[in-house]
Amino acid sequence: MSSERFDFAIAIGGAAGQGIATPGNVLARIFIRRGLHLNAYNAYQSIIRGGHIFLTMRISDRPVHNHGDKLDLLVCLNQDTMDRHLGLMGPGTRVIYNGDTITPGSPGDGVHLCPLPIGELTDNNRNKLVQNTVALGTILNLLGMDFQILEEIITMQFQRKGQEVVDENVGVARAGFDYAAEHFEHFNLAVPSGGKPLAVWTGNDALAMGGASAGVKFYCAYPMSPSTGVLHWMAQNARELGIMVRQVEDEIGVANMAIGAAHVGCRSMCATSGGGFALMTEAVGSAAMLEIPVVFIDVQRAGPSTGVPTKTEQGDLWQILGASQGDFERFIVAPTDALDAFNTMPELFNLVDHFQCPGIVISDLLISEGTFSVDPEAIDMQPEIDRGELITESRNGVSDIPTGSQEANGHGLIGAPSNGYLRYENTDSGISPRALPGVEGYAHVVATDEHDEDGVLVSDEFTNPHKRRKMVEKRARKFKDVARRIEPPTLSGADAADAEITLIGWGSTHGVIREAVEILNRDGIAVNHLPVKWIVPLHAEAIAEVFASAKRTVIVENNHSGQFHRYLRGETGLTAEGHIRKYDGEPFMPHHIVDGVKELLAGQTDIFVPYQEVIV
Amino acid sequence: MSVETVPREAVEEKPATPLKAKDFKGKVDPDWCPGCGDFGVLSSLQRACVNLGLRPHEILTISGIGCSSNFPGFFNSYGMHTLHGRALAVATGAQMANHELTVFVTGGDGDGYGIGGNHFTHTARRNVDLTYIVMDNQIYGLTTGQVSPTSSIEMKTKSTPFGSVESPINPITAAIMNGATFVARAFSGDARHLTGLIEQAVRHRGFALIDVFSPCVTFNKDNDYPFFKQRVKKLEDEGHDPGDWKAACEKALIWGDEIYTGLFFQKPDTPTLGDREPVLDEGGSMAGRELGITPGQSDRIIKRMM
Ligand SMILES: Cc1ncc(C[n+]2csc(CCOP(=O)(O)OP(=O)(O)O)c2C)c(N)n1
Ligand code: SF4
Ligand SMILES: [Mg+2]
Repeated sequence: MSSERFDFAIAIGGAAGQGIATPGNVLARIFIRRGLHLNAYNAYQSIIRGGHIFLTMRISDRPVHNHGDKLDLLVCLNQDTMDRHLGLMGPGTRVIYNGDTITPGSPGDGVHLCPLPIGELTDNNRNKLVQNTVALGTILNLLGMDFQILEEIITMQFQRKGQEVVDENVGVARAGFDYAAEHFEHFNLAVPSGGKPLAVWTGNDALAMGGASAGVKFYCAYPMSPSTGVLHWMAQNARELGIMVRQVEDEIGVANMAIGAAHVGCRSMCATSGGGFALMTEAVGSAAMLEIPVVFIDVQRAGPSTGVPTKTEQGDLWQILGASQGDFERFIVAPTDALDAFNTMPELFNLVDHFQCPGIVISDLLISEGTFSVDPEAIDMQPEIDRGELITESRNGVSDIPTGSQEANGHGLIGAPSNGYLRYENTDSGISPRALPGVEGYAHVVATDEHDEDGVLVSDEFTNPHKRRKMVEKRARKFKDVARRIEPPTLSGADAADAEITLIGWGSTHGVIREAVEILNRDGIAVNHLPVKWIVPLHAEAIAEVFASAKRTVIVENNHSGQFHRYLRGETGLTAEGHIRKYDGEPFMPHHIVDGVKELLAGQTDIFVPYQEVIV
Repeated sequence: MSVETVPREAVEEKPATPLKAKDFKGKVDPDWCPGCGDFGVLSSLQRACVNLGLRPHEILTISGIGCSSNFPGFFNSYGMHTLHGRALAVATGAQMANHELTVFVTGGDGDGYGIGGNHFTHTARRNVDLTYIVMDNQIYGLTTGQVSPTSSIEMKTKSTPFGSVESPINPITAAIMNGATFVARAFSGDARHLTGLIEQAVRHRGFALIDVFSPCVTFNKDNDYPFFKQRVKKLEDEGHDPGDWKAACEKALIWGDEIYTGLFFQKPDTPTLGDREPVLDEGGSMAGRELGITPGQSDRIIKRMM
């Protein structure tokens, strides 16, 4: 624990089915109500029973952007957790476990073992889950906190199950609390009060809430970890908020259904992970060709293929960049944390509505399933909504009934005269006012085949090359100045003139790089940080300026092949001098990056791959 | 935002000026081969829309890719020419997002029963309120004549030059088994019969399939007009009870000197997906609603996070 700030990490480990989520939720509520910030990362596997689950919750009186480097308190719900993690515990730490069933092995110097006689404390309760509640009581005591807050939260947590369950849990929590008071030495610290209470959410909650705030009226999905939380949030809140939520037969159907809903005027979105996004691919290009605004979210997990379903990676960048055939306009954005994900959604919806094209959000397991505290006042659920050039009213006297006789039209073909509306009008901006189906006087056909301004297929007239060129250029013109619409990335950390190394990351690595930069600067190694959020459009000039003045550039990314590096090089010709990469499924911890910078500075390597000490 | 559409009930009423079939002609004339069965389907749909009193802006016609899927371009209504096989998925999104539109899905046997087969199954079981017209020519027309999911066993096509070794799907029994609530078959050579079935299908609330024998005169020489003319028999002339799904399946499986057309199966008054969707209970179509959430709603959401 560093002296200047309160920075404390609790880990709870056990097997799937041992109910780690509940004590995790109870602790999170206790700390955020006290106004403390938290960041929690849950390492787990794709099984419903067994395996190893390891929840790390870091709490501080200042904002925390990652799960940190060290543990102060370990709760072992099974022997496996003890065997795996005891060796990582340092002096002054505490280890809580069921003394009836778990043997501790040999702890390091200064580690306080806190065995609980669970059988005795719970009257040999046959419900194995009560040991979790005993541990909660013990934790509160070790932290020198009052029992009352725990009682409140337990009551809230178990209320639905009836008073008997509440009483039972409060009782065993009290037993754990009292036992600790008599038998264990509590931490030599005072848990501060951070002031006003905070709220807690996951990245998936934030993505869903951002969409709902942006006015999403249609959400559909096919379950796939780690994106399913968005579906769950939407399904849970749909009725109250008037959002239509559909679970569809596959992701091909998902993407196309979202497009259908968007075409008739709903703001619509869908979320999936890499494999599902692969199935959505053809539809992404179709939204671009049809010029229908719709938002796709890809929550990355470790690939390729089914990969490691419950582990994180930034490995889908090239899939997303390459999704769908042909040249077309679309936004690609990689938010940096839950709050940023929330705020990105309305911004992106306004952009895709304005430019009438698809938008893709790149999240990953780390953001989407990560738990973050958030200042409730920072959550603005009434953002500005700008739907762009939308036609929703009919023009006086104009109907869709053809008048006059059939004649040769602009296509050199015979057909009925039309209402005169050009859905794909070749405007200066490239943006053509969009009429919604149902409005009289604007009937038209949209097509995934190349089409003329009025929607008639170019292939209907022996593929007119001039029309084809005109329409390609019309769509491309929409994006001519598009980078102006989004914020360029900015440097933080040491002054550019001093920085020995400039770290460049994208998306979810923002929080951990930021902390590594603080640590390095404190250690006297001047480092700064350029986080990139918008992938398309890319602020190439702003990035090139940073490269031009940087002494040495290092790209940090959570994949093997340096996907962002290859993209940046392709777009700008810029090459970084060093790389820090991780692709073992686990997210970076701050010291991984600190160590990497030191090794790169020492000239020992160009690509540093940190060793993952915590085996989960 | 308001989207003006005529509610579904008004379909029964004739508009002020009765329309003519030519009012439903599209911006260009069809580029189908002369004699293609799809012409008969187009004129039947135009005629049915006149008879139903629909107006072009009240209709959304959605197709996939194929000769038959070029349909929306030749028909005067709102239209979407989507991806190969995906029309039903797009249509479900559009119909659920604006249930005030009358939704037609038009496409081919390859589009609907092959590449789009999964959506066919699930749109049927969900009972989405739309009319699905499949121009079944038992061949892949647009890609110049390969075997399709409805091609007969032993049929010689460009991809089965020595004869197909696969059994075809039976769209009628498949639709019934999948939970479709209106299942019919027609022959594009009998436009009057087809027109009547389309009208019934539109009036039916729920998923309505009309599988139409629509000969590909260019690539399927086996199943041409004479083939069907000699064989088709109308269920209506046989006193078939569309409420009897077993009889419907038995009749649908007959494929020889006699092949039945008409309404095989109907389960009226089955709730549609929209009927069962509580979010649609009040507030009109999703697409017409005020966007965003109220401060009261956001306060409740944030409180649950604390
Ligand atoms: C994903 C995809 N695969 C293949 C094609 C090529 N393709 C276009 S139409 C078609 C088959 C058309 O057959 P059918 O749906 O029966 O329509 P028809 O032309 O016979 O009316 C195929 C394979 C495509 N457009 N998209
Ligand atoms: S190829 Fe066959 S299906 Fe296509 S237009 Fe010609 S006749 Fe019709
Ligand atoms: Mg066909």
